[in-house]
Amino acid sequence: MEIPSIVGAGLIVIGAGVGIGRIGGSAMEAIARQPEASGKIQTAMLIAAALIEGIGFAALFAG
Amino acid sequence: MRSKLTIRLITLLFFLMPFLSMAGGEKAAGTDLKSEIKAYIQHHLEDTYDFSLYSYTTDEGVHKYIGFPLPVILWDNGLRVFSSSKLHHGESVAQAGDAFYKLDHGKIYKTDADGTITYDESHHATNVKPLDFSITKNVFTIMMVAVLLFVVFSRMAKTYKSNSIPSGIGRILEPIVLYVRDDIAIPNIGKKHYKRYMSYLLTVFFFVWTINLLGLTPLGINVTNNIAVTFCLAILTYLITTFTAKKDYWMHIFWMPGVPKLMRLVLAPIELLGTFIKPFSLMIRLYANITAGHIVLMSLIGLMFIFKSWLGSSLSFMLAFALGILELLVAALQAYIFTMLSALYFGSAVEEHDHDHAH
Repeated sequence: MEIPSIVGAGLIVIGAGVGIGRIGGSAMEAIARQPEASGKIQTAMLIAAALIEGIGFAALFAG
Repeated sequence: MRSKLTIRLITLLFFLMPFLSMAGGEKAAGTDLKSEIKAYIQHHLEDTYDFSLYSYTTDEGVHKYIGFPLPVILWDNGLRVFSSSKLHHGESVAQAGDAFYKLDHGKIYKTDADGTITYDESHHATNVKPLDFSITKNVFTIMMVAVLLFVVFSRMAKTYKSNSIPSGIGRILEPIVLYVRDDIAIPNIGKKHYKRYMSYLLTVFFFVWTINLLGLTPLGINVTNNIAVTFCLAILTYLITTFTAKKDYWMHIFWMPGVPKLMRLVLAPIELLGTFIKPFSLMIRLYANITAGHIVLMSLIGLMFIFKSWLGSSLSFMLAFALGILELLVAALQAYIFTMLSALYFGSAVEEHDHDHAH
């Protein structure tokens, strides 16, 4: 049986979602530990999230 | 006093506009509503040859378009310029000199005097496509935003010559400009080299942000969900990175220091590919984010007409409203991410390493 490509795209989007969720969660923990470094943490969080998001969108378009 | 009144009028106009366009959509409810909404969203995502704010069908079945035409510029054995009103949204044939042109599925084709368009098996038009340099809706918007940004920022720059305290719109924009410098450029590029890149970073930040914000007004503008636009922005970042790169940047690509010799041979093609993937991901990210946002927003607005019950419709209205607020954030966030990653790539291009220690 052939698996439609949209299923693969869905799997990748799930992975991307989990990844971005983990980044957000870890960033929150980090900010709670060191509120004075929140600016730097936010920047790093956004960059990492954006990079993962790119993969998610690439999968969406391929699917 | 006068400016207050103008602001109020503009605000009122913006709030009224969606109602105007929705009133237009309701009248044509003779055909299947779902496919009509689908076609409407599809049409919204495409670039058009005229600036149409909305369209409706009169009781006599005539399509009316509210907006203004833009010039069509074609290169087809000589320059041919005519107004897009001649195309009548694909309903009639436009004559320019001795040639005839017709709009079919949003593209201009060369036809005979009767406007016959032939199709192949996969329903693609086989007519000749002339080279198209038209001022389309997207091109017009880009020009408009460019002029707007130029006027606003050159006026703002002029006020600093007499007074170091900003006035007028500068009071809002100065913190943003400083933010781009202090939180995007300097940490990523470094104090030594950041100045050469500031003009590009500021331009790209304000350009993307303004255009994303314009996409959320009921004017129906959406430029950044055209992949050609984001492609050009990404190409600019790529060219600047490539042509301002220092020796260290190229050495880290082709002959990575601090790793075994054999690994360097393996790493070189991967690193070289990486230089292309970076701008590619910039292009896809901006394009996909804005496109996805527009599709979801338009679908939720469309749901209001499908539900036809006060509960469902008001629920999807509230969802659309909440998503609209979220899109405001996304508009700024995407501009920020684009600028930030560009700065990061520029930073890697001018970085100077001391090679005493292994990486």
